[in-house]
Amino acid sequence: MGLKQKLHTLKEKYKGTKMAPAFNALHTFLYLPNETTHSGGHVRAADDLKRTMNTVIMALIPCLIFGMFNAGYQHNLQTLPEITKAMSFFSGEFWNFQNLVVGAWKVLPLVLISYGVGLAVEFLFAVIKGHEVEEGYLVTGMLVPLIVPIDIPLWMLTVAVIFGVVIGKEVFGGTGMNILNPALTIRAFLFFAYPTWMSGDKVWVHGAVDTVGQPDAISGETILGAYAQGNETLTIAGNDMGIWDMFYGFIPGSVGETSTLLILLGGLFLIFTKIGSWRIMLSSVIGALVMGLIFNGVADAGWISESSKFFTLMSTEFWQHLLIGGLAFGIVYMATDPVTASQTNKGKWIYGFLIGLISVLIRVFNPAYPEGVMLAILLMNVFAPTIDHYVLQGNIKRRMKRVKVKTA
Amino acid sequence: MSKDIKIKKGLTIRLKGEADKTLSKAPRSRTFAIKPSDFHLITPKMVVKEGERIQAGDTIFFSKQKEEIKFVSPVSGTLTAIERGAKRVITEILIEADPQDSFKDFGKQTPEKMDAKSVKAHLLASGCWPFIKQRPYDVIADPEISPKAIFISGYSTAPLAADLDYTLRGKENELQAAITALSTLTEGAVHVSVGKSGGSPLENCTNCTIHKVSGPHPAGNVGTQISKIDPVNKGETVWTVAAQDLVIIGELLLTGKFNAERVIALTGSSVKTPKYYTTRIGSEVATFIYDSGLDEENVRVISGDVLTGRKVSLKGHMGYYNNTVTVIPEGDDYDFFGWNKPVFNKISASRALTFSWMLPNKKYELDTNTNGEHRAFVVTGNYEEVFPMDIYPLQILKACMVEDLDAMEALGMYEVAPEDFALTEFICVSKQPHQEIIRNGLDLMYKEIG
Repeated sequence: MGLKQKLHTLKEKYKGTKMAPAFNALHTFLYLPNETTHSGGHVRAADDLKRTMNTVIMALIPCLIFGMFNAGYQHNLQTLPEITKAMSFFSGEFWNFQNLVVGAWKVLPLVLISYGVGLAVEFLFAVIKGHEVEEGYLVTGMLVPLIVPIDIPLWMLTVAVIFGVVIGKEVFGGTGMNILNPALTIRAFLFFAYPTWMSGDKVWVHGAVDTVGQPDAISGETILGAYAQGNETLTIAGNDMGIWDMFYGFIPGSVGETSTLLILLGGLFLIFTKIGSWRIMLSSVIGALVMGLIFNGVADAGWISESSKFFTLMSTEFWQHLLIGGLAFGIVYMATDPVTASQTNKGKWIYGFLIGLISVLIRVFNPAYPEGVMLAILLMNVFAPTIDHYVLQGNIKRRMKRVKVKTA
Repeated sequence: MSKDIKIKKGLTIRLKGEADKTLSKAPRSRTFAIKPSDFHLITPKMVVKEGERIQAGDTIFFSKQKEEIKFVSPVSGTLTAIERGAKRVITEILIEADPQDSFKDFGKQTPEKMDAKSVKAHLLASGCWPFIKQRPYDVIADPEISPKAIFISGYSTAPLAADLDYTLRGKENELQAAITALSTLTEGAVHVSVGKSGGSPLENCTNCTIHKVSGPHPAGNVGTQISKIDPVNKGETVWTVAAQDLVIIGELLLTGKFNAERVIALTGSSVKTPKYYTTRIGSEVATFIYDSGLDEENVRVISGDVLTGRKVSLKGHMGYYNNTVTVIPEGDDYDFFGWNKPVFNKISASRALTFSWMLPNKKYELDTNTNGEHRAFVVTGNYEEVFPMDIYPLQILKACMVEDLDAMEALGMYEVAPEDFALTEFICVSKQPHQEIIRNGLDLMYKEIG
């Protein structure tokens, strides 16, 4: 008896029992189910939700791999004298085993905790509530390790994941029903519950916290953090960080968010596969650029003094906002979450534009926590239904007008 | 003068097993069946009892709600059985056919000289009324209402659907007679749509407005055409008649006979020699399927096209309104890692390791597998790419699911029929039953608002 038949027999045996959803989840992971159409159309297109989610995960894999190398690279750059700065994207100084070992040692546990805890909660809820295990967490589980600092204690992550899955998703009824982006809910929980582990200049490079106060302390600052403090240049272990470092991603930051290049490629892949909304991505970029331009204008016009604490970020070239911090990552992988974003095409333009705009706004005016994209997306998640409501009203009005034209 | 309608949004699903343009006469069916479920929201009141003899055109039952709407027999023979299902609902009325039909005579008419009242009375008496459907609600037309327009689609874009240009060939007189008669029933126009490339027997009809349609499916759906030509607003009614049914109406007017003969397409990848057959409404599908032969055993026989048809058994009978019978393989098997490996043999709206976008002209052999499990709505923005009406498909579906009558009404429920959502259902990654959701929504509105 082959595996297929064995699984089928088991499926029939457990049909209708409490454990059926958990068992079905494993079965459908291995095999596309044998379900056939009953009502309506007799044929269906090839893609299902699993494939959709899987495509997003594929788009995230380069960021994950880069994140592992970068975690090791940032640590080794500051602790090992023989390591020198990587000069190009394919530099051997970056892509080496030494970096990978350190990075993998720190990053893989984050991935394991994220998926292990998150899926455990999902399975538990599926069994208790009798619904199927849905695919939503596949993407969330991959996003979470990519948007936390490298040294985040695993127990904190565990608590946050449980909170995020239960409060961010399951209480609303599971995948497709939630209001806030679950991955960002998890991150926001961490941010408000354990602020010292989620912001500041000591958490972004592995080992930085442990060396606080020591003579050879590791600098764990992000470029965005440095700008927010009014430092116009950032040096790591004596090396100045330039635009290309920011674009390639050789800078400290959350695990997977630093490489604008790979995020850009991931975004193009999502647009090409039609899984990610290009409208949201494009309008978010436009929103961020517009806000950046406004601030540049304010700075250029001399309306703000150079001594102001907002000056450095305000005068940062408008397009550089896309390279630093988590803005690019947020735009490509978080803002485009179809469940929590605006659902109408017109609404998506407004939704994305405001995310870009508000992200840069928060960034400039909140020096304590300059990463505005998380809060901007969560804020717009809440407003997305309102945006959709007004878009729909437009359609409804047009329909009403048709009647009036007729009767007039 | 013709007007052009160009549809941009949509998806033409190319499938293997297109009917070859050769016409055969299907062997005479032994039994014929009328399924009251074909007539949505009609409760049948039987006139004929089991064992009684009937002629083609004799009333078998009428609508309990509107007694003037009669349903007649497509053949002459003996009514052998009235099959009943749960709650004694009549599921099937079986007629054992005579070798030769004898017809009830309804009297020859001159359509040009008829007025609205006589047309209506004639169609009602002869059992041709059920061919006229109405929107809103997509049910058989209410004879007491005068519609603002009548729509006829002479263009088929549904996958593997019978080519109307072919099946209607030579029926110009009947079509013209039916259109002339129908044009008396509305103060507005009779809108007839034909393919842009020409060659439709409807092209030169008079007493109607001809529209030339082009674009991907659902360009040929009458609902798409209504929304582009003259959309239905609250309080308005339009009627629709399928082009193949015009032939029966026309023949009734010209000869006085209710002749349920129809050219149908037998299509689908499981059929050995897909082609056209002349048969009658309600005939056994086996009569022509066995004539063409099947490639495999495990098949789904669909009366209608793959997007909107009804499943019937191999021993079953054709639906009342269908002019296509499709046979495709059943997909009741598991596919190892089917959710993430590259897909070459199925159609997809996305490009997520699926490659149908690279081969737009390739013909596919789709089976009935759902390719995934039922989920809540997650993905957004993809229905809009295949839905050409000025309606928000996701939002109207959700309004139907939560039974929000105000929202359903405001979002355009009066304009739609389940078939308009066949494509969104096809591409739905959450595998939601869109057509069923819309049907239930329409039924609810019919009950509550009427």
